Amino acid sequence: MIELAWLIPLFPALGVVINGFFGTRYTRDNAGHIASLMAGLSFLVVLGIASEMIFGSGGTHTIHLWDWISAGKFSVSIAFLIDPLSTIMLLVVSGVGFLVHVYSVGYLQGDPGYPRFFTYLNLFMLSMFLLVLGDNYLLMFVGWEGVGLCSYLLIGFWYEKKSASDAGKKAFIVNRIGDAGFLLGMFMIWILTDSLTYSEVFQAAPNMTAAGATAIGLLLFIGAAGKSAQIPLYVWLPDAMEGPTPVSALIHAATMVTAGVYMVARTSPIYAMGPGALEVIAIVGAVTAFFAASIGLVQNDIKRVLAYSTVSQLGFMFIALGVGAYATAIFHLMTHAFFKGLMFLGSGSVIHSLHHAPVEQQQDMRYMGGLKSKLPITYWTFVIGALAIAGIPPLAGFWSKDEILANAFFTGHYFIWGLGTAAAFMTAFYMFRLIFMTFHGEMRVDHHAREYIHESPYSMTVPLIILAVLSVVGGIIPGFPLEGGWIHSFLAPSLAKGGAGGHAASEAVQFVRVAVESGGGHEGPTAIILIILAIAIAVGGIALAWFMYMRNPAVPDDLASRFPGLHRLLLNKYYIDEIYEACIIKPIYRLMNSLWSFDANVVDGAVNGASLVTLVSSRFSGIFDLKTVDGAVNGIASMTKFFSQVFKFIQSGMVQNYLFVMLLGIFMMLSAYLFR
Amino acid sequence: MVSLTHYLALGAIVFVIGAAGVLMRRNAIIILMSIELMLNSVNITLVGFSRQWGDMTGQVFAIFIITVAAAEAAVGLAILVSLNRDRTALNVDEVNLLKW
Amino acid sequence: MELLFFYMFSAGIIGASLLMVTRANVIHAALLLVLTFFFMSGIFILAGAEFLAVVQVLLYAGGIMVLYLFSIMLMNVEVSVRLRQYHRQSFFAVAASLILIFEVWTVLGRGGSYPAFKGFSWQLGATPGNVEALGSVLYTKYLFPFEVASILLLAAMIGAIVLAKRTIDR
Repeated sequence: MIELAWLIPLFPALGVVINGFFGTRYTRDNAGHIASLMAGLSFLVVLGIASEMIFGSGGTHTIHLWDWISAGKFSVSIAFLIDPLSTIMLLVVSGVGFLVHVYSVGYLQGDPGYPRFFTYLNLFMLSMFLLVLGDNYLLMFVGWEGVGLCSYLLIGFWYEKKSASDAGKKAFIVNRIGDAGFLLGMFMIWILTDSLTYSEVFQAAPNMTAAGATAIGLLLFIGAAGKSAQIPLYVWLPDAMEGPTPVSALIHAATMVTAGVYMVARTSPIYAMGPGALEVIAIVGAVTAFFAASIGLVQNDIKRVLAYSTVSQLGFMFIALGVGAYATAIFHLMTHAFFKGLMFLGSGSVIHSLHHAPVEQQQDMRYMGGLKSKLPITYWTFVIGALAIAGIPPLAGFWSKDEILANAFFTGHYFIWGLGTAAAFMTAFYMFRLIFMTFHGEMRVDHHAREYIHESPYSMTVPLIILAVLSVVGGIIPGFPLEGGWIHSFLAPSLAKGGAGGHAASEAVQFVRVAVESGGGHEGPTAIILIILAIAIAVGGIALAWFMYMRNPAVPDDLASRFPGLHRLLLNKYYIDEIYEACIIKPIYRLMNSLWSFDANVVDGAVNGASLVTLVSSRFSGIFDLKTVDGAVNGIASMTKFFSQVFKFIQSGMVQNYLFVMLLGIFMMLSAYLFR
Repeated sequence: MVSLTHYLALGAIVFVIGAAGVLMRRNAIIILMSIELMLNSVNITLVGFSRQWGDMTGQVFAIFIITVAAAEAAVGLAILVSLNRDRTALNVDEVNLLKW
Repeated sequence: MELLFFYMFSAGIIGASLLMVTRANVIHAALLLVLTFFFMSGIFILAGAEFLAVVQVLLYAGGIMVLYLFSIMLMNVEVSVRLRQYHRQSFFAVAASLILIFEVWTVLGRGGSYPAFKGFSWQLGATPGNVEALGSVLYTKYLFPFEVASILLLAAMIGAIVLAKRTIDR
């Protein structure tokens, strides 16, 4: 089965060809079914491979298809790598991807761009598979750029809407900044190891200097920060909510944004050599988790809350990476894909049911409320997702999030642990704020839209139910007991063992494991206290949300009026967009303007000035001597004529003249070689 | 004994003949044929290198060049056929739409 | 002996191609180009590239040149024979070409540090020989460029059809 890995990207590629070329004319209404079938077939192949990897021998397999680039020392092949890490990623990508495909069949029914949407969606799956499966950095980069492109296309899917097309451009440009870092990192890897293939690079990694490894690590992290929306490059993700909701679920929650996490985990042998880069990652992750969660507290758009929550959860994953707990990061990536995908699809279901409401109210939680009885399936699945993300045991989020915080604590990153715990508290709070505002209380929906509210069709609710089940069991099955779960031993062959330079992540893992299993040792009580604290924080967040939005709804407004500055700061997302506007975009505009004015004033001025000088001098000489006037005017005219005759040949429009100039170029190069 | 220099010299001579043909003729078809000649001169050099190194890569690339030449001939001749519809003679120096 | 044949073929190539670029009649030029290609396939055989030699005859002399001759038949060639044949810049072109040849000659005359002659491991005409060696490289190491080349041919085919179609219906 493993040898058939090439089938995984092939099916979506087929879907792209079918829907891309024949979509508008032939497959129109069946485009969704074709695309879902292709995603489903890929998922089946992935299931087969995964069962072989999990229940069989495991190990690392390379499926070499053909050589791609081969020039001197530099050689890159199209080859797929199947190892535990890529198996987990494949399961998440194809599983959640398939469910989102099915969901979209119902969600986008009747949209004029229906076949186009599914073409993009399949193209996205193809790129994501390439990203995950590639056995070298260049192939990963191909997938990386591919998902970036698809993200742009899908965010701007409703391109008639200016905000959507702007958001698409913003995502693309911000991602390009990150990609530049990735490219530079790739160049450095090539310089230091003479290869881009993972196995060869990681073999050479232990010989790297700390400075080299740190530089590579930081450059790659710039790429990861762009794609996985970390400070300072996270600004595109909240705006990306302009896209259709299934896109937000698939790309901006479950798969693409986790590409950065995957890349850092994949590169773990290099990061092990450059611990400085890991410190930076941990701090950036913690700060991102905290900031994004605090912005999420006050947002009113249902999808924006989820978007900031995603940024915050990605921050958690980077905390885990930064403290050297790579397996935990991947574990959280997986559980997050389940519950965040679930909640995005659930919010899509809510928005779908409100599509008779005025456009600006469809996503605004202030115009919802009381939807619990109307949308029972959506409600209950959403609650499961929210409980999971809040970290209530035994749901999925508890296992992964608690491992992250415990790892941060036991590696001595108390500050990061504090930020993470605060973010966890806020997460529980804003998630239940969202639930109470949307589903409980009195109904605030527009009167005309009320009678149209209905539960979504089966193609939308079934994916919700499946994801809800996964959110329940997806944590405990691979993650029990804490730090000793199956997922750690499964992923261990793919990842570096802890960190080399002072990163005692593996020791920390030992502490927690011992603590949980025996309850003894001097670290034991601390670990148990941490777990109890985590649960208490989650419950506390939920209780506070209940108190503020159910028990005593006046409290939020009261707080907002008591701390107007803080409230405004949060509501405007710390003014980050405005700061970027003022510090980066404005200066660039100003630079362009000054260049333009240089052109307009200096260059044109010189030209105009020259003619003015000619005019004045001819006038002067006319007064001085009539003969000289005639002479000068005629002289200038004939000189102009002469030069234009000469320069006319440069642009004759005839290809042969141009070719002749090319030949002269060859002649000069040879001469330079001869007389050097 | 034929040395690599022989092949390189022959390739260079044929290349320059082709280049001169491209530059001095007015008839578009002959210009296309001269381009074929230039492409083939490169094949001669590649085959010469391939022989010297005992490596097949040069011959593989020669095959790719033949492929490109076939594509070029097909598209180039198609352009000439459509150009021939509104002109009687295919003289390249009468076509100067590249001038702006 | 090898040297003798090399010079014979080279003389043939140079002579035929010189005639080719100077003929007024397009059909004569095309036939001379075919002759050039035949001589070139001789050179290829001398260099141990048997497969290329055959491809040269079959594909170039047989395929591409027939395409040329067909196109010539589609067009009106008699008119252009009576017209001026050379471009106005031809004097400069020839001068530049002569200088270029002289320069290349000088560069080659200086010699270079080539690796020692290796040649091929097979005998001319033996099995397994050139074709097998070529295939084993082309279909493994250069499989991807090979596939790309097929796409290129497809694109060229479609492009040629679109360009030569009489009317493009909108």
